Parts: sequence; C-alpha cells; structure tokens
Amino acid sequence: MHSVNDKTIVNLSDFNSRAEKNEYAYIDSLEAMEKTDADEFVKVGIETDASLRAGTFIQKDNAVVHCSNSSDGTDVMGIAGALEAFPWLESHVWKLLSPEKDDMTREAAQSPLQGFFIRSHKDVKIEKPLQTCLHIAQDKFSQKVHNIVIAEENSEVHIIAGCSTSPHLTTGLHIGVSEFYVKKGATLKYTMIHDWGENVFVRPRTAVHVEEGGVFISNYISLKPVGSLESNPVTYLEKNATATMNSILVAGEGAHMDVGSVVELNGEGARAEIISRAIVAGGTIISRGHLKGNVHGVKGHLECKGLILKDGLLHAIPELSGAVPGVEMSHEAAVGKIDRREIEYLMARGLTEDDAVSTIVRGFLNVDIEGLPEELAQKMDQAVKDTEQDMM
Amino acid sequence: MLLIEELKVEVGDKEILQNVNLHVPPGETHILFGPNGSGKTSLMMTIMGFSGYRITRGKITFKGEDVTHMPLHERARLGIGVLFQRPPTINGLTTRRMVELCAGDRCVDVDQLSSHLQFDNFLERDVNHNLSGGEIKRSEMLQLMAQEPDMVLLDEPESGVDLESIALLGESINTVLNRGIKRNPSCQKGIISEKPKSALVITHTGHILDYITADRGQVLYKGQLRCSRNAREILKWIHEYGYEECVGCTV
Ligand SMILES: Nc1ncnc2c1ncn2[C@@H]1O[C@H](COP(=O)(O)OP(=O)(O)O)[C@@H](O)[C@H]1O
Ligand SMILES: [Mg+2]
Repeated sequence: MHSVNDKTIVNLSDFNSRAEKNEYAYIDSLEAMEKTDADEFVKVGIETDASLRAGTFIQKDNAVVHCSNSSDGTDVMGIAGALEAFPWLESHVWKLLSPEKDDMTREAAQSPLQGFFIRSHKDVKIEKPLQTCLHIAQDKFSQKVHNIVIAEENSEVHIIAGCSTSPHLTTGLHIGVSEFYVKKGATLKYTMIHDWGENVFVRPRTAVHVEEGGVFISNYISLKPVGSLESNPVTYLEKNATATMNSILVAGEGAHMDVGSVVELNGEGARAEIISRAIVAGGTIISRGHLKGNVHGVKGHLECKGLILKDGLLHAIPELSGAVPGVEMSHEAAVGKIDRREIEYLMARGLTEDDAVSTIVRGFLNVDIEGLPEELAQKMDQAVKDTEQDMM
Repeated sequence: MLLIEELKVEVGDKEILQNVNLHVPPGETHILFGPNGSGKTSLMMTIMGFSGYRITRGKITFKGEDVTHMPLHERARLGIGVLFQRPPTINGLTTRRMVELCAGDRCVDVDQLSSHLQFDNFLERDVNHNLSGGEIKRSEMLQLMAQEPDMVLLDEPESGVDLESIALLGESINTVLNRGIKRNPSCQKGIISEKPKSALVITHTGHILDYITADRGQVLYKGQLRCSRNAREILKWIHEYGYEECVGCTV
C-alpha cells in the first residue's frame, strides 16, 4: 500500500531556480506588513510585534524582504552581504559540510549564496529571541539557502526559524544548508517551525559544531502537511558540550518524513539527548536517531515515541554506537496506539471518547520545550489542537 | 440511587459475577467487602461501563434510568464518579488540567481544592506520573471533588496509604459525600443543609471505616453478594472467622 517511491527522490529539473517575479517590495517594518504575508509568516512562529524580538530576517523565494536587528551584540544579515562585510567568514562556509555530500549540497554549492548569517557576540546574552523566516511564494520554485550561525564564546541566543510556503503552490523545493558554530561556553537554541505544504520537497543539510562547555538545543516542529522531508542534522560535541534534539512530527495522508539526528560525542563529559514524538495519521515517518560515543566519559539518551492513528508507516530507527569503554548510552523506542485504559479513564470523568482521544494526543505531543516564548507556546498549543482535529 | 438486579458478568470467557443484587438508596454509604479476586473491582467497572466487562444478564439502574448499556461518559455525566485503585498515567496532561476537565463546564478553584488535600506540589505533574499510593488516592479525590458526582464508587481508597494521610483522605471523602464533621466550622451549615450523596466503598481491610460512616455492608463471595448488615459488624465477623465462615451465615 505504501511505497517509498517518488517521495524520496528529488528531480531537480522539476523545479525552477529563477524567480519570475524578481522584485518583492522590501518590508520596512513588521507591523506594516501586508496581511497575506503576515498570515504566512505568523503561522510558523514569526512575531509581527518587533518589540518582542531581538532581530528578524525574512526571505521570500530568493529575495531578502526584511532584515532588522534591534539588539547590540548581534549580527543579522543576508549571507552574501555578511561575506562581503566579514572576510573571515569565508572559512566557515562549507567547513562542517562538504559540497560533495550529495546532489542537494552540490546543487546548493553551485547556486548564488542566499540565506542568513546570525552571530551573537562574545559574552552577550540576548534575552529576546531572534527570528528568521524562509518562505516560498512562487510555484515550482527551488529555494536554495546557506545559513551560518555563530554563537561566540559565552554568548546566549535563541533563534526561531520558521519556514512556510504560499497555499497555492503545486510543488516547490527547499534546499537548506546550515552550518552552526557554538563556541566555548555558548548556548544556541534553535527552534524550527515548519509548514511546508502538501507537495513540497524539503532537503535541509545541517551540521553543528559545539565547542567545550557549549550547549546546543534544537527543537523541530512539523505538524502541517509536507510532501517529502528528509533531514538528518549532524552535531559534533567537544568536551563537556551538550546537545538536546527535540522533534515533534505529524504525518498526515501523503506526507513522507525521514527525520533524525546524529550526535557525535567527541569529548569527555559530552552529553546528548535525542527526543522525538511522531504521529502517523496516514503518512510515513522514518524517525532516526544515532548517538556515537567516540571517547570515554560521555553520556547519551535517545527516546523515540510514536503513535499510529491512521494506517501509514512509522519506522523508528534508534542507533547507538560506542567505540571505547566508558560510554553510557541508552535508547527507548515505542510505537503504538492509544491505550484503551487511558481513554476510558478520561471518559469516566465525563469526556466523550473523541475528547478523550484528543486530550491524550495533545499530551503525547506536549514535549516540554524549554524557553519557548509564552506567545509562541500558546500558538503551538493551538496548532497541536488544530492538528489533532484535522487527524480525527 | 443505584439498583442492580440479577447481574451476571463475564471477563474474557470467565464468569466473574454470577448473580449480584444490590440497592444503594440516596444518601447511603454502602461498604463492599470480599476476598482478593472475588470480583469487587469488576463489579465497580461494570457499574461504570468499562469495556471488557460483558453483562450477560441483569440490569443496572441509576437514578431511575436503565444504564446497563449506556456509554461510559454518559454514566459519568449522569452522576457516577469512580476512585480508581490503579489509574493509568497520562503523559503530557497535567493534573491541574485533568481536574479542570473533571469539572466540565463548571468553574473550579483547583488550587483551593488541592490545598485541602495537600496536593499542591503535584498539580503540574502529569496525571499519576510517579505518584506514591497515597498521592494517587489524593489525586483521585481531587478529581472527584471537581467532578461532583451524586454517587461515588471508591475502590480500596485506603490501599497503599500511610496512617497520616488516611485521615486526610477520609475527610475528603466526607466532603465529597456531604457527610461527617468538618474541621472548618464555616462549612458546617452547608453540610447539614445539603443532602448526603451515595457511595459504594470497596474495602478489603476495613481500615477506612475508622474515618467514614457506613450505613450498610455487603460481602461479595463467589460471584454473589452474600450478606447485608451493619458494616462494622461484618468486619468483626470477617476478622474473627474469615470470609468462608462469615458468608456461611447467609440468610
Ligand atoms: N481484565 C481481566 N482479564 C481477565 N481476568 C480478569 C480481568 N480483570 C479481573 N479478572 C479476574 O477476575 C477476578 C476478579 O478480579 P477483581 O474484580 O479485580 O477482584 P477484586 O477486586 O475483588 O480483587 C479475578 O480472578 C481476576 O483475575
Ligand atoms: Mg480490586
């Protein structure tokens, strides 16, 4: 019934790299944004009240339509401009990832540089989150970006990264190369909220390097339909560095998601946690996770939980590999259905069966994402409610 | 309030209850004794309408309505509430939210209710996650307080509860039932003016009888209710002679 055929293969010739409508008007202030745009951006976490964000970067197809920065101690720029402004940045491009990795990276490497550069300066702790939005508006467009994020020593930054497409798209392609550098003692929190659309192909290629004592927290949330998503970021941890990778995935009819995380624990005292919640409601989710303990004195845990609500495929692939004695890694994977006892427990308190099921599903998806701004947390809660209504 | 006639129940393909007849009038608290495995929990689950308890004969009437085949949540809405002995954990759902859900459309002050039960510290925890025996019972009582049922079915409320908290638990049961003497005198008038609610309390040890007032007791033995008399008296008999002898006197 379910084949993994065309969904996994991107035929580059199906997509168009040239923007037909080259000019999108630059958005001077977020508050003055056109409603059609705002609606697209807001649903993936973009806050239009600029006072709630430390900076904003918005790219539509291949045009940067907004870039602003209200905080000292950060840089928020288009990547091309950043490379001109900072010659040293060149050495950070294609450093963690090889352009020869696969067809997608090759395609990105041959394209003009687009995407964002974000940097938090040494010792600067940015209280409000920064936000980025990469949006595809043109049908069959292939958006290729190369994003660089640097959290300098002892700095702290939270980036909310939204991705969306316009509703009329028959198809589209997003290739996103991202290289993140978390320097000594720094903390980078990266929250991705994606709403791609039914026939959109999404191919992120991400690598993260976390130096001594650094912290990388990644939250990946994809509740809305996506044609085909393949994402398997690699994180390299040095001494006493930690990584937490949370993902919340929902695959409705027609969705194909192959999502995971690889964390290499390369320094003593490194810690990693990979947590995923996956709901299959007619689609396919391949939920991966791989912890590699390369030196002694490292610890990791992988937790992969899935619920199948409607026929589809949920394939959990948790992997652990240890190379030396003294690594401590564990995993926990569970794929199942909702426990009848839980449903009836709630019904005994007066909830209808449907309400009981939705309450349980909402709870299942309710991974505590630490540090999510209140208004966004509420928005996510609503999105989960909507999602669960769509599924029933 | 609750009337059970000639009830026969199977679980799997095993007959658990053969012929149960029971009447709990409005405002009365009945105690259900019985050895382990005699089917006390099964009877309670059947009254509530849980799946897996197949009624092959008989009838259950609640508030004059035939509820024998009524869906579970409708029985709850009609006014039956249950304290479960081993309720499941629900991940991602806080106890606070659960208590709000129990209240339905009514408004409840969850913090106030939980401070009476000394449960404040657990409100943000997932329902029944990592709770001790006693904490589970208090969580269940908290939910019942919000639900305000007209009849409560309590399944071994004292099991796993230490001596200190059993008094607290007993007090909360009395509150839910509008019975007993309250420590807080301002509520006294309310208790007297409000009609007591009905209860069916399952107990194996009988300890809970020190804290709540019982109107009557029954013993479930080999699929049938064998005797019906003063609950304390039954308890004495059971202590003295054991279940077998006790039910031997059945009239
Ligand atoms: N879900 C079930 N499946 C199979 N047997 C059950 C189930 N629930 C209860 N039983 C059996 O029914 C009998 C009565 O159990 P129970 O109602 O729990 O008794 P009690 O509460 O009096 O200890 C026992 O023999 C028990 O093993
Ligand atoms: Mg029992």
